[in-house]
Amino acid sequence: MRRKLYEIVGRTLLYGCAAVTAGLLLFLAGYILFRGIGGISWRFLSTAESVIHGTVGILPAIKNTVFVILVSLAAALPLGVGAAVYLTEYARNRRFVAAVEFASETLAGIPSIIYALVGVILFCTALKLQKTLLAGSLTLAIMILPTIIRSTQESLKTVPVSYREGALGLGSGKWHMIRTVVLPSSIDGIVTGCILAVGRVVGESAVLMYTAGMSMAMQSFSIDRLAGASGATLTVALYHYAKENADFAVAFSIAAILLILTVIINFSASFLGRKLKELTYG
Amino acid sequence: MAETILSARNLDFYYGETHALKDICLDIPEHNITALIGPSGCGKSTFLRTINRMNDLIEGVRVTGSLTYRGAEIYAPDRDVTELRKNIGMVFQKPNPFPMSIYDNVAYGPRTHGIRAKAKLDDIVERSLRDAAIWDEVKDRLKKNALGLSGGQQQRLCIARALAVKPDVLLMDESTSALDPISTSRIEDLAMELKKDYTIVIVTHNMQQAVRISDRTAFFLLGELIEFGDTEKMFSQPEDRRTEDYITGRFG
Ligand SMILES: Nc1ncnc2c1ncn2[C@@H]1O[C@H](COP(=O)(O)OP(=O)(O)O)[C@@H](O)[C@H]1O
Ligand SMILES: [Mg+2]
Repeated sequence: MRRKLYEIVGRTLLYGCAAVTAGLLLFLAGYILFRGIGGISWRFLSTAESVIHGTVGILPAIKNTVFVILVSLAAALPLGVGAAVYLTEYARNRRFVAAVEFASETLAGIPSIIYALVGVILFCTALKLQKTLLAGSLTLAIMILPTIIRSTQESLKTVPVSYREGALGLGSGKWHMIRTVVLPSSIDGIVTGCILAVGRVVGESAVLMYTAGMSMAMQSFSIDRLAGASGATLTVALYHYAKENADFAVAFSIAAILLILTVIINFSASFLGRKLKELTYG
Repeated sequence: MAETILSARNLDFYYGETHALKDICLDIPEHNITALIGPSGCGKSTFLRTINRMNDLIEGVRVTGSLTYRGAEIYAPDRDVTELRKNIGMVFQKPNPFPMSIYDNVAYGPRTHGIRAKAKLDDIVERSLRDAAIWDEVKDRLKKNALGLSGGQQQRLCIARALAVKPDVLLMDESTSALDPISTSRIEDLAMELKKDYTIVIVTHNMQQAVRISDRTAFFLLGELIEFGDTEKMFSQPEDRRTEDYITGRFG
């Protein structure tokens, strides 16, 4: 009897945890969409803010956000995956590996404002990029590097020894084995890492305010012009409207767009991951 | 007597402090099936894996003495290990097909060694699958994932995958121990068929299997080679008392 009660209480508590979590998330998403959707119009999405007309538009912020996501991923993904492969597959010095793993775990958890400082000193000043989207993206690349390294490493470690032995036993060299068997089997973990990384990039404001600026002005569509321009991403714009203008209607609309954008990006990342897997596995 | 293809002389093997093979001297003849038997932990797998240098993957191992393949030292410092493994294929205990299509599994080796032409690959894949006696079962679903096959089919696929690189020697480490009796007997038949073209070394726990398919048997105990000779003779009149105890089931 007591045993049974114990089971029931345990299960109820767990159910409660799941229900509260799911409820909170749904409420949050629902509330943001409810408050934000109304303010989203075609003009809101397709123009820049105009003081003359007194209209609000966030096209520059959308472009800037997409730019920052793509550039920071393009910089951090090869570097992070490469480092993870080296650390898990090649590095012989256990101490060195442990030290790097510990460092990257720590770096993944430190406040982003510290990355902002690094970005200002390294990219904006030392490399003379000034406050630009490129400087901001590169700073974010450093920030997401630990996340990508850790998730790639975890996923490499789950590839069964039997696959590796199978490949090596056929006379495959080590790098060939990694490229053709180990990496394709790890794509899921790498994609998960990217999704987490994109989440951090999209959610970041402090770093970008210091390294990429807060301009709401329309920039060119060309990549090189965007790189050299200073501009606000959606999150920075949200901050700007909520904090400086106390315009919560616009802030909520931006929040809704951020939500939708994140969902789209995550779905496309998983989709790309699956395609990539099919491609390498033939 | 067929020509010797693999030859061990005073071969010792260490995992760190563990002395896993002690002073092994053994000549394996070509186009024969040689069975390695002995109780668990006696060093059968270790010996098998020294032959294709699969033990290189483990840290802290050490090999001394001589082990040659067609007269050339396997552990020579300038030995090309990938070339060696191409010549000496291996089938593992548990079937380990890659998580890709049946076709790509078999084509993996040839592609690794630079064969790209579709027609040539098609040809190799079909021939290897036929040689591994699994062609009829998979010919209509070559593009399907290999993990969907049954255990016995997966193991024959792994044999096909090994054959596709045209090895000279095939090492099989208890390759039927995870399979049902029907699959096991198919693979045994296959091994006897394959010895025309290949030299086969099998590790087996199963003495009936050694008797059924092998020409020669090596009995290992605690890292030592106790007895090596003609299978029929060894099972009818073992020379060493310990061999007799083992094959009559008195231990292990
Ligand atoms: N990777 C390893 N590290 C350390 N010792 C090992 C390793 N693999 C096997 N051994 C040891 O070597 C001995 C022989 O093992 P093994 O060759 O696997 O035996 P068998 O295949 O005959 O069962 C055993 O004592 C085993 O514990
Ligand atoms: Mg074994």
